[in-house]
Amino acid sequence: MNRRGGGASDRPEPALEARAVRRRYGAVRALDGVDLTVGAGEAVALVGESGSGKTTLLRCFNRMVEPDEGAVFVRGAPVDAGPAVELRRTLGYVPQEGGLMPHWSVLRNAALAPTLRAETDADARARSALDAVGLPADEYGARWPNQLSGGQRQRVAIARALAGESDIVLLDEPFGALDAITRADLQDLFASLRAERGFAVLLVTHDLHEAFLLADRVAVMRAGVIERTAPPSRLRAEPGTPYVAELLRRARVAS
Amino acid sequence: MRRRVPAALLTAAAALPGYAPADLAARVATAPTPGHAAGPAASAQQVDSALRVVVASKPFGESYLLMEIFAQALEARGMAVDRRPGLGATEIAFRALREDDIDVYPEYTGTGLVAILGEEPAADPGAVFARVETAFRDRWGVRWLPPLGFQNTYAIAVRRETADRHGLRTLSDLARASPELRAGFSPDFIGRSDGLEGLRPAYGFAFREIRPLLQAVKYRALAEGAVDVIDGYSTDGQVARYDLVVLRDDRAFFPAYEAAPLIGRRLAETRPDAVAALTVLAGRLDEETMRRLNRRVEVDGEDLAAVAADALGGLDRGTDGPAGIGGGTGEQAAAGRDAADGRADVEARGAGRRVRAGLLAYLWARRDTLARQTGRHLLLVLVSLLAAIAVAVPLGLGLERLRRGAEGVIRGVGLLQTIPSIALLAFMIPLLGIGVVPALVALFLYALYPIARNTYTGVRDASPEAVSAGRALGMTPGQLLTRIRLPLAAPVIMAGVRTAAVISVGTATLAAFIGAGGLGDPIVAGLALSDTRMILSGAIPAAVLAFLVDLALGGVERAVRPRGVAGPVA
Repeated sequence: MNRRGGGASDRPEPALEARAVRRRYGAVRALDGVDLTVGAGEAVALVGESGSGKTTLLRCFNRMVEPDEGAVFVRGAPVDAGPAVELRRTLGYVPQEGGLMPHWSVLRNAALAPTLRAETDADARARSALDAVGLPADEYGARWPNQLSGGQRQRVAIARALAGESDIVLLDEPFGALDAITRADLQDLFASLRAERGFAVLLVTHDLHEAFLLADRVAVMRAGVIERTAPPSRLRAEPGTPYVAELLRRARVAS
Repeated sequence: MRRRVPAALLTAAAALPGYAPADLAARVATAPTPGHAAGPAASAQQVDSALRVVVASKPFGESYLLMEIFAQALEARGMAVDRRPGLGATEIAFRALREDDIDVYPEYTGTGLVAILGEEPAADPGAVFARVETAFRDRWGVRWLPPLGFQNTYAIAVRRETADRHGLRTLSDLARASPELRAGFSPDFIGRSDGLEGLRPAYGFAFREIRPLLQAVKYRALAEGAVDVIDGYSTDGQVARYDLVVLRDDRAFFPAYEAAPLIGRRLAETRPDAVAALTVLAGRLDEETMRRLNRRVEVDGEDLAAVAADALGGLDRGTDGPAGIGGGTGEQAAAGRDAADGRADVEARGAGRRVRAGLLAYLWARRDTLARQTGRHLLLVLVSLLAAIAVAVPLGLGLERLRRGAEGVIRGVGLLQTIPSIALLAFMIPLLGIGVVPALVALFLYALYPIARNTYTGVRDASPEAVSAGRALGMTPGQLLTRIRLPLAAPVIMAGVRTAAVISVGTATLAAFIGAGGLGDPIVAGLALSDTRMILSGAIPAAVLAFLVDLALGGVERAVRPRGVAGPVA
């Protein structure tokens, strides 16, 4: 598996790429011709209102959603080149509210990805991932998810994504359910982990502050299409469309 | 009787349970030398020609007593007998006979005419017998042997004080007073054309209220004033016990109900010896005698075997002289007991006055029987439950995968729950006969719903966030099922199993109606014989069993609850 991207070559394959992707749910066009590229090691945030299609787009990359039309690539290969299960095991994933297995210990939860890949040092990887998110395995490894706070559970979810040591991490509104202080702590933690490890990120969020803080580029989605993609500073300076300007104004992040 | 025919005793010894053919075959198979095998093999031939005769009864006292009389009459002639007392009702007993699951049971000609043939009731006993005799033989090869000599037709009874207050002597008198009276009738009496349905227009009854009451509770309900009028039977021993007045059928409405042995095709065709033994009883029991015998069983609580032995002893004396059967005097009764075999003797003396012993002493005295019945009961529940788990859990899981139509299927399974158990048991006789197998099938069917429902719901609702996350991280459907959904659903599934098990312990008491044994046996027999302690000797262990099963499965439910998942607050 080509983890850590194709860093050796001159022009590395993009980590994630979607071309003209469409997906309908009955009469609703959830994705109506979307193009998106996330470069190796790059962090892209998908922002937009509820129902704009951002979670559907994210789920196309781990094949939790199959597009009706268009093509989706991970590390340059079409996602449907092999079994979905194999693809998913190479992608870190952090859902909203963690999605931890309630009947598994913290350590077993964190070790899921390497365990599924039958790696012999699954436990060691999980321990180091737990250390990295500030939940030392010796202290927290044997606890049950319902013995943790919401913020701690989300840290375990991040550790679970890290323990797979994937070069790509998908995050679906990962901090949305947390209080403001806990959220800020976790955003800082995540930013420093990424700086340290350099994995590519696709982050779905409705929080523009979070997008600007964590992403290299921000893609604004509206009614199934990407309205504008730009680095945070450019987006602030030139919203480009009235909708983006309005979004920025409402979020009070306009310069 | 046996004292007079020692030859028969010898034959009887050969037919003891220890010499049953299957048993013999096993012994032959393990015999050390061919020389040894020759002896038993030869007698196996003899015993084989005398297969066990299955004698049954319906679930009321007189039927039990007649069954026992039939059984002892056959045993006295050296035939091996299996007893199947208390088969559900006419429907179940007759179906079992038609299918040759039983060989003989006491039936009444009027019941045959009306309830089985579905014809109009008739009052002439000779005509009724001729009609059922021909019709049963032509349709099913089932034979009515000559009647025993008494009629047990419906009788309408009131408390003496009611009769005095309203001046009641006949059913016409009753019709006049009926708007002020509350009636309690057996469910079958209410619906039958030779019961209330025909009686009402014949006499113009208009009771203030009519309650369906089971035979077993009717007399008590009348005595305690819960109702004022009940239906009973003309040979009923309970009439004297409660000092009731039987009203005269002044318009000759009630049809002929002569009691006779009803025998199945197999017995009729292959066992002339058994037919002859039962035919000897023809015309030998009159109503007076039956009422006295019934009272000894139902009111005085005497042992069935001893009363039956006395009746047969009286029958023997009847061949020598004009004395009535059953004996009227203590001397004759004692003589009859002496004539009975050792088992009946012990039981007659030990249990004959059982009414006065305490409940605990009674339970203790019956501990071997109760242990056997409890074991059988538990076996019925466990086997049917395991089969239901094996079917309902995969069914629930499969439905969860399909989703579409799942609710419909589970509701369909739930419909099974609405079939009355007696009806379900009756339906299954043509397919499965009577005994343990149909009882297991019925219990299995009743256990499906709670288990399938809880499996489906438990797996469907098992932490959707965890399932979704597991899927997105690359768990296969099989891994999601075995590592996440099933462990999380296990306590819910176990709760369904627990519900099914406790219900099953209760339902299994009904297995007694089709001869499957278990704790229903003493309950059904106790109800038929008006023996409260006998009822309790089945009901109390059944309740204890239900409690223990619930406790044990509650423990299992806690054990399978995954750590980290909160249980109900204890």
